[in-house]
Amino acid sequence: MATADWNPLGDVYYRKCDLYAMEWSGLVDLAKHTVAVSTYGGPIALMKDESKTSRVVTNVKPVVSVYNAAGRLQSQMRWNSGNVITMGWSSTEELLCIQEDGVVLVYDMFLSFKRTFSMGQEAKDVKIIDAKVFPSFQGTGIAVITTSLRIFLVSNVDSPRIVRLAEVPGMNEAPSCWSIVVTDRQARALVASGSDLFLVDQGGQYQQMQADLSESAGPITEMAVSFNSKFLALCTQQGVLWIGSSDLQKKYCEFNTKSTVRPQQLLWCGNGAVVGLWDTLILVVGPDKDWIRYKMDCSVHLVQEEDGLRIIGNDTHDFLQKVPAVTEQIFKIGSMEPGAMLFEASKEFQKRNQKADEYVRMIKDKLDIAVNQCIQAAGNEIEPAKQRMLLRAASFGKCFLTDYRPEPFVNMCQMLRVLNQVRHHSVGIPLTYTQLEHLSMPVLIDRLVLRKLFGLAVRICQYLKVPDAEGRSRILAHWACFKVQQKNEDEEKLARAISQKLLDVPGVSFSEIASQALEYGRKQLAVKLLDYEARASEQVPLLLKMGQDQAALTKAIDSGDTDLVYTVLLHLRDKQSSSGDFFMMIRTMPIACSLYIQYCKQQNLKLVEDLYYQEDNSLEEGNCKILRSYTLEHIEERARLLEDATNCFHRCKNDFAVKQTEEQVKLMRIQRRLEDDSGRSYADLSLQATLHQLILERNSAWVERLRKDFKVPDKRFWILKINALAYGEDWVELERFSRSKKPPVGIEAFVNVCMKYGNRLEAMKYLSRVAPDQKVRCLVKVGMFKEAADAAIEAKNEDDFGYVLSRLGHADRQVADQIRAMRGQLGAKR
Amino acid sequence: MDLQELIKLLKTQLAHLLVSIPDAKDLVLDSDLTKPLDRVVGIAFLKEHGVDKIFKLEPGQKSLPGCGKRIYLVRPRLVTMKYIADHINTEIAKGERRSYKIVMVPRKLHVCEMILENEGVMGHVTIDEFPLELFPLDSDLLSLELPEFFSSFYLDEDMTWLHTVSSALVNLQRLFGRAPNIYSIGKGAKMVHELMETMFENHKERRDKTYHIGQIFIVDRDVDYVSLLCTPMTYEAMLDESFGINCGMIDFDSEVTGESKGTKMLLTSSDEIYAQIRDCHFSQMFSYMKMKAKELQELENKKNNLQSVGDMKQFVANDLRVLKQQQKLLSTHISACEAIIKMKGKHDFEESIRTEHNLLECAEFKENMIFIEECIQKQVSPILTLRLLCLASLTQEGLSQREYKSIKTQFLHSHGFEHLVTMFRLKKLGLLTEQDTSQTSMRPVTSKPSALYTRKFNYRALSRKLGLVPDAEAINLQRPNHLSYVFSGAYTPLPCKLIEQILIRETLVGLEDVGRMCGGLHADLKAKHQAISAGTTIPAMKVILVFFLGGCTFSEITALRLIARLHGVRIIVATTAITTANRFIDGLIEKVNR
Repeated sequence: MATADWNPLGDVYYRKCDLYAMEWSGLVDLAKHTVAVSTYGGPIALMKDESKTSRVVTNVKPVVSVYNAAGRLQSQMRWNSGNVITMGWSSTEELLCIQEDGVVLVYDMFLSFKRTFSMGQEAKDVKIIDAKVFPSFQGTGIAVITTSLRIFLVSNVDSPRIVRLAEVPGMNEAPSCWSIVVTDRQARALVASGSDLFLVDQGGQYQQMQADLSESAGPITEMAVSFNSKFLALCTQQGVLWIGSSDLQKKYCEFNTKSTVRPQQLLWCGNGAVVGLWDTLILVVGPDKDWIRYKMDCSVHLVQEEDGLRIIGNDTHDFLQKVPAVTEQIFKIGSMEPGAMLFEASKEFQKRNQKADEYVRMIKDKLDIAVNQCIQAAGNEIEPAKQRMLLRAASFGKCFLTDYRPEPFVNMCQMLRVLNQVRHHSVGIPLTYTQLEHLSMPVLIDRLVLRKLFGLAVRICQYLKVPDAEGRSRILAHWACFKVQQKNEDEEKLARAISQKLLDVPGVSFSEIASQALEYGRKQLAVKLLDYEARASEQVPLLLKMGQDQAALTKAIDSGDTDLVYTVLLHLRDKQSSSGDFFMMIRTMPIACSLYIQYCKQQNLKLVEDLYYQEDNSLEEGNCKILRSYTLEHIEERARLLEDATNCFHRCKNDFAVKQTEEQVKLMRIQRRLEDDSGRSYADLSLQATLHQLILERNSAWVERLRKDFKVPDKRFWILKINALAYGEDWVELERFSRSKKPPVGIEAFVNVCMKYGNRLEAMKYLSRVAPDQKVRCLVKVGMFKEAADAAIEAKNEDDFGYVLSRLGHADRQVADQIRAMRGQLGAKR
Repeated sequence: MDLQELIKLLKTQLAHLLVSIPDAKDLVLDSDLTKPLDRVVGIAFLKEHGVDKIFKLEPGQKSLPGCGKRIYLVRPRLVTMKYIADHINTEIAKGERRSYKIVMVPRKLHVCEMILENEGVMGHVTIDEFPLELFPLDSDLLSLELPEFFSSFYLDEDMTWLHTVSSALVNLQRLFGRAPNIYSIGKGAKMVHELMETMFENHKERRDKTYHIGQIFIVDRDVDYVSLLCTPMTYEAMLDESFGINCGMIDFDSEVTGESKGTKMLLTSSDEIYAQIRDCHFSQMFSYMKMKAKELQELENKKNNLQSVGDMKQFVANDLRVLKQQQKLLSTHISACEAIIKMKGKHDFEESIRTEHNLLECAEFKENMIFIEECIQKQVSPILTLRLLCLASLTQEGLSQREYKSIKTQFLHSHGFEHLVTMFRLKKLGLLTEQDTSQTSMRPVTSKPSALYTRKFNYRALSRKLGLVPDAEAINLQRPNHLSYVFSGAYTPLPCKLIEQILIRETLVGLEDVGRMCGGLHADLKAKHQAISAGTTIPAMKVILVFFLGGCTFSEITALRLIARLHGVRIIVATTAITTANRFIDGLIEKVNR
């Protein structure tokens, strides 16, 4: 009978189902332990409570043990720190141990120490009397109350920031009970002082609350906030149980338990009922004063869950929940709901009974609802056998539907498969479907990884077709990080094993694993692992950290990312004692070399020269010296540097450069002398410019000397001199020069230069002496188009005439027309 | 595929950076980032996101005024970091309290952080990066605006920017899908391609099946310096050479505008007139402009025969505005043309063009050299001289030893000794070399790192093989049908010709020789390659990205546009910077600042 374990509470039912037979059975007595259980099927931490056991007070430190929900021991250690007031679990399944002095020690579930933080100086100085671990909006929070009756609170244990709450007015002894209420993204403390309630917040405000309690109820001794923080239950000294909303605005009922004994635990079962624990007696009270009583065999510990309550005992682990509506609809005796009919039909069908057909006919038009109900109900069952029956019913119903979308059915099958796997006692995560929906699949996978159940996690990811980047790769990376911590395994083997598993997996960061290995002091392993890292930007910094300089440099160069190369180069430079050693190291790598030279060029030119010198690159060294010579002030200094450069060019047998540099030194010294003589500056003038200036100054002695010294050819000299004279508008000298001997550049050069400096009259003077073949062009140049045309016709030169025609644009229109008309003559004369 | 997507992305990223510092703040810009930033987001955008004052970072500034929050938007250069450190140290010494943020473009470099740390300001600044990589200058043109790429990569062998180029290409493909077919021409191009592959690999992303760019060509600048050095003959290229186009913006001085002040103009395809004439051969400009002027005249005449009030309203509302605008544009372009003609008239333009053409045809070598020597003696601008000299060396595959020495001596005598360094640089790049007497046979290009040093150019063989110097008579300048029209038929830009060949052949088979002579030709083909042939089913295969490593000229862009028109494909040009012969040579000339 499916409803055998159902108990009515008003118009709803509650049921208690077995989760596990505890593996610790016979070994552990809960009554002698402080218990902390993580929600969502998390692990159980036990600390032996000496005050509960021994008659003789001993100084032996207690033992802390962590079990999975099925009571399998995960790890154990002897506590060797201070006096623990409260233990609790964070939302990431870290064990939080809050000590008397306000220090919080954080362990993972294998009891390896992770970190610690303090709840503040005051807590340390005056000690705390109680602490609470609560789920906050940012994760998990901790609140403590000190002996000075102040409450301190952090809302996220991952980044603890201590806030002091407002003080409760008029309180001079420890509150009988208190709790944290999280509403509107803020955690407040609800403190009971006698029969008064105070809500204190982080802004320094307090609010006195009035619960609508009957007068005889007496002071409040216990309180419980529901999982969603919306409801509150209070218990008084006289055994009155008050149920209402957490803002105390609404009262649902007041139930008299008639017990003056304070309950060991008062908490909520889901959000629908309040549960009190008195030793082995569990009392469930509904908001309408209905109640159920369970009697347990031994003392138990209760854990509040989102959709129910876990009851952990010495031998068993049960789950108490409100029967979900859809389950009730199907299994309630005499239910006529479509789901119930379909379930019946399916059962009959399996018995090969024709009644099946009748049932299906009855719900024909509501068959889709029926199927959905069966699917949902299957999700609410813990026993696979029941799940199977319901799913079979759903599957049966589906056959009669033509356009039913299969996703919900398939999804449910998948989820149940995963849930049944993690509920297995070797894993021990008794999640319900509702809890999984809230927790989400990625978090569940994370939790499996936390339990080092890598294989199962990978298989689940593959089964659910989670993309590798979020699923398999990530898990394998965690696996590898865990693997490198195992000191006893051979490094070579380990590296191979890791690479084999991870090499074809995309998105795995080998550098992360390597840095983990490095953290555990396994450098060789880290080096081996880094070899598999594809991204140089990840690889290189770690290699440097490990002192693998050469490898880092090679990798950086191979990556083609110069910034990485620089990172290595500068790191090496700072590390090497002498720059020589450093340069010896990089000289075999041309890319590194030229990069470093670029860097130096901007920092220090002299250094570059040294580098080139060491590299035997005399040509570049010489060039650098030349460039640097221009930065110097003094002529002699510059000359000396240029002489150095000459030596460099000698070394690389560049005769041309040697000669040019020597000449430059010579020129510079002459320029210096000229400057001394005349007081005018010739510095930085080229040979030609120097000559030009000397001609303008009519310093013919020096002109001749320079011309000879530097072997300036005739033609060049003529062009130079003509230009200089025309520039200086020394027309007389120009003409005299033209007659000094037969100009090697031709007379037309004189015409050109006169026109260039805009003296047409002077230009005309030379026309008569122009060689016949240049005549036409020269005439055009001075603008005598008519004459040019005549001359061209005279010489019967078609090309020249064409040239004249092409230049007519500059002539006035009349002349142009005349010349165009002359074209005929050329043809006629031929 | 819309290149404006890039702008949208950059805007979001920049907005994010700017609002990360709340309230008003000042912005200090590297001078070479002002124009790109103006093109990408505009000043108004900066103001909208809380930028108060904008300063230009200049050497020698000790400190800057302004409010208590400041963002530096700079290239990650060592000197820049020193300037910034100077600012901060001075201001702290003065007791001014400020928050500083340094945003490096396109990415932050560790070396820069080291400098800041050495200068002791690391504690006062936060550092971020703004990935301004490729951004559109026009609907078919992307640029990194990194002119320093050329000298840093080819001259100093510094690979820093190579990483930027690769990452730019990777990010472009993240946005527009990973191109299946990639060709690389030249050694540097191959390095970019390899680096690109590594970057994709490292991020192990699922290869998106959809893509908008079918093929990518990566072209190394040192494949062809000749087309870089040729005198441009089409309008856009000439504008760039004469006035300088910076980030698609041009500054006309008062001489062009004929007014008291100059004018700024945005040159993109959104300017209808410009879109028509930008690729015209210069000799064809005036006929087009005449036609356009007539057209506008007719439009204007329309206003005389307006019949009804409705017509008039229509005219004023639509035509008049367009008319006024176009008239203004047209007149600016006409004056620009005039200014160009005037400039060309000043020098011995014709003769230098003739020399250039002779050099390209390998004809009348002696006369060419005489002309160049004269240029040196007459002290014509060293840029023009070196341009011709490099062309001579490239086309002759090196000068004879005697000529080489004599001409260098003359150059030094004429323009100064510091050009000894200039000459070394030209030699290192292989632009100005002497003939190898010991080994007359063609030397295969080695793949050793030193290949950069000994890079030999095979102008003659390549020119013959690919027909780079066509029969000038056959070139139609009015309706261009041959790529060489961009240089009046004197030369076909090698990269463009090679790309055209590959597109037509759809294979590299038969181009092995050419590939060897270009310094390496590689293909990585993942899709069946059909750009031109009739059976193409995927439109993305007809979208081709051509990336020039080390800059390209507008002449080359124009030639690529012609390819696109002739073969019915879409070509997007991307480059590290747009350059001209003059800017290119100018960057190599040693300028001694005393």
